Amino acid sequence: MSQGLRTVSGGRINRARPVRFTFDGRELSGLEGDTLASALLANGVHLVGRSFKYHRPRGVLTAGPEEPNALVAIRRDAARVTPNLRATEVELYEGLEAHSQNRWPSLGFDTGAINNLLAPFIPAGFYYKTFMWPRRAWQWLYEPRIRAATGLGLAPEHPDPDSYSNRFAHCDVLVVGAGPAGLAAAQSAAARGARVILCDEQPELGGSLLGEADPGASLGENGRDWLADTIRGLLANPRVTVLTRTTAFGYFPHNLIGLEQRLSDHLAQPDCRQPRERQWQVRARQVVLATGAIERPLVFPGNDRPGVMLAGAVRTYLNRYGVLAGRRAVLITTHDEAYRSALDLKRAGATVTIVDARNGASGELAETARREGLAVHTATTVIGTRGRLRVRSIRIQRLDAHGQARGATERIDCDLVLMSGGYTPSVHLFSQSRGKLAWSEGLHAFLPAESPEKVRCAGACRGVFSAAAARGDGESAGARAARDAGLTVDIVIGEPQPAQSSGTAAAGDLPQPGGAPPAKAFVDWQNDVTSRDLLLAAREGFRSIEHVKRYTTTGMATDQGKTSNLNALAIVARQLGKSIPEVGLTTFRMPYTPVTFGSFAGYTRGELFDPIRTTPIHDWAARQGAVFEDVGLWKRARYFPRNGESMHAAVARECQAVRSGCGLFDASTLGKIEVVGKDAVTFMNRLYVNGWTNLAVGRCRYGILLRDDGFIYDDGVVARIAEDRFHVTTTTGGAARVLAMMEDYLQTEWTDLSVWLTSTSEQWSVIALQGPRARQVLEALVQEVDLSAAALPHMGAATGRICGIPMRLFRVSFTGELGFEINVPADHGLAVWEAIHAAGEPHGITPYGTETMHVLRAEKGFVIVGQDTDGTVTPDDAGLTWAIGKQKPDFVGKRALERPAMHSPERKQLVGLLTAQPHVVLEEGAQIVLDARTTPPTRPIGHVTSSYYSATLGRSIALALVRAGRSRMGQTLYVPMPGEDLAVQVTSPVFYDPKGSRLNA
Amino acid sequence: MRDLSAVRQGPYIAASPLVRPLPPATRLLLRGNSEVMASALGALGLEFVETACRAASASGRSALWLGPDERLLLAPQGQYSEVFELLCAALAGRAHSLVDVSHRQCALEVSGPQAGPLLNCGCPLDLDPAAFPVGMCTRTVLAKAEIVLWRTAERSFHLEVWRSFAPYVSKVLALAARELTP
Amino acid sequence: MLLINCPYCGERPELEFVHGGQAHIARPGDPAECSDQQWAEYLYRRDNIKGLHGERWRHTHGCGRFFNALRDTTSDVFLATYKVGEQPPTQAQLKGVKA
Repeated sequence: MSQGLRTVSGGRINRARPVRFTFDGRELSGLEGDTLASALLANGVHLVGRSFKYHRPRGVLTAGPEEPNALVAIRRDAARVTPNLRATEVELYEGLEAHSQNRWPSLGFDTGAINNLLAPFIPAGFYYKTFMWPRRAWQWLYEPRIRAATGLGLAPEHPDPDSYSNRFAHCDVLVVGAGPAGLAAAQSAAARGARVILCDEQPELGGSLLGEADPGASLGENGRDWLADTIRGLLANPRVTVLTRTTAFGYFPHNLIGLEQRLSDHLAQPDCRQPRERQWQVRARQVVLATGAIERPLVFPGNDRPGVMLAGAVRTYLNRYGVLAGRRAVLITTHDEAYRSALDLKRAGATVTIVDARNGASGELAETARREGLAVHTATTVIGTRGRLRVRSIRIQRLDAHGQARGATERIDCDLVLMSGGYTPSVHLFSQSRGKLAWSEGLHAFLPAESPEKVRCAGACRGVFSAAAARGDGESAGARAARDAGLTVDIVIGEPQPAQSSGTAAAGDLPQPGGAPPAKAFVDWQNDVTSRDLLLAAREGFRSIEHVKRYTTTGMATDQGKTSNLNALAIVARQLGKSIPEVGLTTFRMPYTPVTFGSFAGYTRGELFDPIRTTPIHDWAARQGAVFEDVGLWKRARYFPRNGESMHAAVARECQAVRSGCGLFDASTLGKIEVVGKDAVTFMNRLYVNGWTNLAVGRCRYGILLRDDGFIYDDGVVARIAEDRFHVTTTTGGAARVLAMMEDYLQTEWTDLSVWLTSTSEQWSVIALQGPRARQVLEALVQEVDLSAAALPHMGAATGRICGIPMRLFRVSFTGELGFEINVPADHGLAVWEAIHAAGEPHGITPYGTETMHVLRAEKGFVIVGQDTDGTVTPDDAGLTWAIGKQKPDFVGKRALERPAMHSPERKQLVGLLTAQPHVVLEEGAQIVLDARTTPPTRPIGHVTSSYYSATLGRSIALALVRAGRSRMGQTLYVPMPGEDLAVQVTSPVFYDPKGSRLNA
Repeated sequence: MRDLSAVRQGPYIAASPLVRPLPPATRLLLRGNSEVMASALGALGLEFVETACRAASASGRSALWLGPDERLLLAPQGQYSEVFELLCAALAGRAHSLVDVSHRQCALEVSGPQAGPLLNCGCPLDLDPAAFPVGMCTRTVLAKAEIVLWRTAERSFHLEVWRSFAPYVSKVLALAARELTP
Repeated sequence: MLLINCPYCGERPELEFVHGGQAHIARPGDPAECSDQQWAEYLYRRDNIKGLHGERWRHTHGCGRFFNALRDTTSDVFLATYKVGEQPPTQAQLKGVKA
C-alpha cells in the first residue's frame, strides 16, 4: 500500500528517505523521522491492537507516551523481542518488524472478541465474583484461562543478549522536558553558570513545539531565532548535558532522578558491543520539571473505535509527520484550543465538522473556524459511533437548555473523530517527589503545590499552557533553580507566569439521553474500564478512589492512567456527590513509562552479577580440577576429584589422607581482624565469652562471640601476638559483620578503650596443613621456629619464616589431627602452598576441600556457626559452656544468658545421631520426632544440622539440635522421610578420638 | 630449601585502555589520634593536614585520610623496613595501631579525559573537579565493591582495591570503558 | 537513594552507609543490675515513629564512623546529623530547618 495519506509538504520527516517495515508480516513503507504510529497512519492503518479484556479493535489514540492502545511487540530476532512498546514512540528504522498483541488468530479476526459480546456480563469485579468456587480450580483452570484470554504482550523466551549500562551523574539543575518551558529553563540556568542536565524522551528537542507547523512562531517575540539559538547554545555548552531519547522515569528521595536513555532502539543495525540502554541516576541540587500536559479524552459511547483520536495527536501527525489521519473528520470538544486541529486539518484538505458540547463558542478560534466555513454544532453531544474495525459514523444529539440530551439526533459519516476535553498537567514526577497537589477549579486540574524536594515546575505541567507563556515561565524557573543551587545570580529573574484555563471539562463524560450511564463509553482504554464500571463500583459501596482503582483496574497497567485518571475521578466524584479534591487522587508511582529490567540490572549480570572473590591459591586448585562451592561471595574448593571420582569417593580419599598422612587446605577466606592497643585484652574480655587475661603471648584460644541477646554470632581462633596485639579470626561469612559489630561497641559504647581494629582478612593467605605427618612436612621449610610438641604445643602460636617469607604460624586443628595454619602475606600464598605441596609429596600430601573439612570436623563434633547454629543457639545449647570465662563480671551476651528461658531443660541441645542403618545418610534440615509412624501434624523435637558419610568410621554420622538432647543419650528417635521413618540413636556429638590424643601429638 | 621471598603473585586485573595496574607497594594502616598522625606524617616527610578526605603526598610517599583516626600510608615496595622503623621510632610511647596491609589490597590507576565518567559508571560520587578536587581521597563504592578513591591529578585517579575484589572492579571498568573509548 | 550528611565527610549517597537502628539506646552500664524486663526492653523495644526519628547510621564505605541523625520519616528530610557523644539538637536549634 502506498502512503496515500501523506501530505505533499511540511513536517519533520525526510521525504527523500523511504523506510521499509512490516506490521504483522505486511510490508509497508514509511519515511525517515516517522514513528511506527505515524507510518501506519500514513498507510491508512488505524487498527493496531485488541483491547485487554473485551478484545475490542483499537487504533492509535495519541501521539506520545500516554498511548494506551497502540501497544506492539518489536522483534529483531528470537531473543530480541520487546513487547508492549507504544507505537507512538517507536522510531521507524529500515526493516523494523512490528507485531500486534493480544489477538488470535489475527488482528482483523480475533476469536477473543467474543468477550465483547459478553461485555454486559463482565462488569467490574466480574472475575472476583464469578470464579469463586471451587477454590482449587483457580490454580489449574480459572487463572490460566483468564490469563490467556486477557493481557498484553508476551515476554521473549530467550535470555536478553543486549548489554545495558549505568551512570551516576550530578548537576546543579536537572531539567526534565525540552519543550518551550524546559528549553527556556535549561538555557536560563546555564546562562547563570549552572551545571545543567536537560533530558527529553523524544529524539529531538522541542517537546510540544514539534507538533506545530512552525515551531518557533508560537513562542512570541523573536520566537524562531530564540528557539534556534537556544538549542544551539545548549548543545555547544560544555557544562550542559543534553540527553534525548531519555525518559525521567522516577523521582527518588533527595533529588535523585532515574533516567532511562535509549541508545540503539532506533537504529536498523545497532552495534552489539555497545549498550542498548543506559540508566542514569542523577543527583540534582535543583530540579525543574517541564513535563507538559496530556490531552484529556472525552467519554462517550463507542469512543474507542479505531479512528477516534485525541485532537492534538491528529494535529501532531499532520504537522510533524505530514500524515492526514483521515479525510472526513469530526471534532468533538469542550474548549477552544482544540479548534486548531480542525483548522489545520481543513487547511490540509480534509472536511471537518465541529461538535462542541458547550452552549456557545465565541472565542477567536471558533470565529476563525466559522469564517473558514467549518460547520460548528454547539450545545451538542455524541451518543454513539459505528464502524467495526474503523469508525464510519457518529451520532450526535442536541442538548437542551439544562444540558440534557433531549433534542434531535443526527448521523455524521466520517473516517476520523477528534476529541478533546482539555489538558491534564503531567504532575507524575512531581507527585513522585511526594509533592502535594492542589485542585484548581478554574483549570479543572490538579496542579503542583509543595514538595519536600528541591523541585519546581514550569510550563504546561503547572497550567501555563501557551508556548509563549511557558517559555517565560521556564526562564524564571531556570533562573530561580540556579540561584537556589547556590550560583551567584546577578541577572534579573522574571516572575513565574500565571496558570491559564485551557477550557478543560471537569468530567470528560458527555451527556447521554435519559441520563443513563452509556454502554462502552471508555474511560481507561488500556484496562477496558467504562464509565458504567466506575458507577457500578460507586454503587457497590467503594468510596475511596484507591479502592475504586483496585476494583475496576482503572489507571493501572503500563500507561498508569495517563489519559484516564481525571475523567475517572470526576465520574466517581459526581456519583458520590463529592467534589474532586474531596475524593482525591490515586498515587502516582514510578516508572512514568515502562523501563526494561535490563537497564535496572545494568552491568550487574552474568559474571559481574556479584563480585566473585577468589583466594591466591584458587587458580592452582582450578588447575587440579577442584570443584568449587560458593561461600558468601567466595569461591572455595569443595573437593579435588581424581580420574572422574564422585564427590563421595573424593571426600573419602581426602579424609583418609588427612587421618593417616597429611592434607593441605586453603583457609585463606577466614576473616581476620588485628586488634591492637593497650586495652586490647580488656576489649576482648568485654566482647568474647572467653577469658583472655591469662592467654599468654604465643598462645591461641578458641573464641566465641555472642550478640547481647545471648545467642552465638560467630567463632574463631584468636592468637595473642603481643601483649597489646591479637590476631582474631572469624568465620568466612562473618568477617564483615563481626568487624562492624566490634567497631560499633568500640565507637559507641566503650569509647574509653584505647584499641583499634584493622581487617587483615586479605593480607594473609592461610594454608592449613593437617595430619599425623604435618610436622615432618613443615620442618623442612620453616626457619626460626621450633615445631616440636614441647616448643609449639596444640594452640601454640609463633612468628618466623617459611621459605624466607615472614609467617604467623598457629598450631591449631579443625580436623582433630596434628595441624598447623600457616599465615603468609597473600602475594606469597601460592608460592608457599606449592612449596609445601612439593615437600609433602613423599608423605602422600593430599589437597582437600571444604566438604572433607566438614566431615573431619563433624567426626570431632566441632560446630560450624550458621550450620549447627541458627541465631537461637546459646553456648550451652551447643555444648560450649566450657569456653565461657567464669570470673568475668560482664561480656556481650552474658546478661541475656541469665534469663530463665536460657536455662530451660527443654532447650534444643547439640547431640550426635547414629542411624540404625549405617549406610543411610540423613538429610540436613530433616525434622526429628519422638515416635515412628505418627501421622501429621506432629510436633518435631529437633532437626538435623550436619550429616555426612564418615569413611573413617565406616558409617554415617549426624549432628542435630534436639529438645533436651543431652538427657536423651541412647534414646531412639525418628526422622520421618518419604516412605519410611528412619530410626536414629542419640549419642555424643564427638564421634572420633574423644580424648583428643591425636591433635595433641 | 629455596628462598621464595622474591616470588609474588598479585590478583588478576582485566586489561582496558583507561586502567593501569600499579606495582606492589608498602601499605601500612595507621590508627590513632591527631598527635599520632602528626608525628607519623612528620617522620615520613609529609605535611600534616587534619582536613577530612585529603591526601598528603611527597617523594613517592603518601598518607590518605580514611577516617578521623585512620590513615593509609603508602610508600614504594622496597621501603617497607625503612618506613616501618621510622614510624615505630616516631610513635614510641603513643597509643596507636600500625598494621601491615601491603598485601590486603592492590592499586589501579584510572586516567584520561574520560576517567571521571568511567568511574561514574559504578561510583556514585560527584567527580567534578570542583566537588572532588585533586588530592581528595575517600573510601567509597564502585558497583558492588568497596574502593579507596584518590584523585592524584585532574584526569587521574588512584584506586585501592581489596585483592579479591580487584578482578571484579577491573572487569566492571573494562566493560564500562567500551562505551567511552570507541 | 538518600543523601546523608556524614558529620566527618559531608554529603554522601546512601550506598556508602548502613542503617544502625534507633539512636540513643545505651547499653546498661551494669547489666547484672538490670531486671529481666529491663534487659528485654534494652534488647528489643524500639520506637516506630511517624515523624521525627533519632537513628544511627554508619558511614561504612566512607570514614567508617557511626553517627546519629534526626530524620523525618514522612518526608525523609534529615534535620540534623551529629557525632557520637554529642547531644541531639534542641527544638530551638531545629527551628528554621525545613522539615
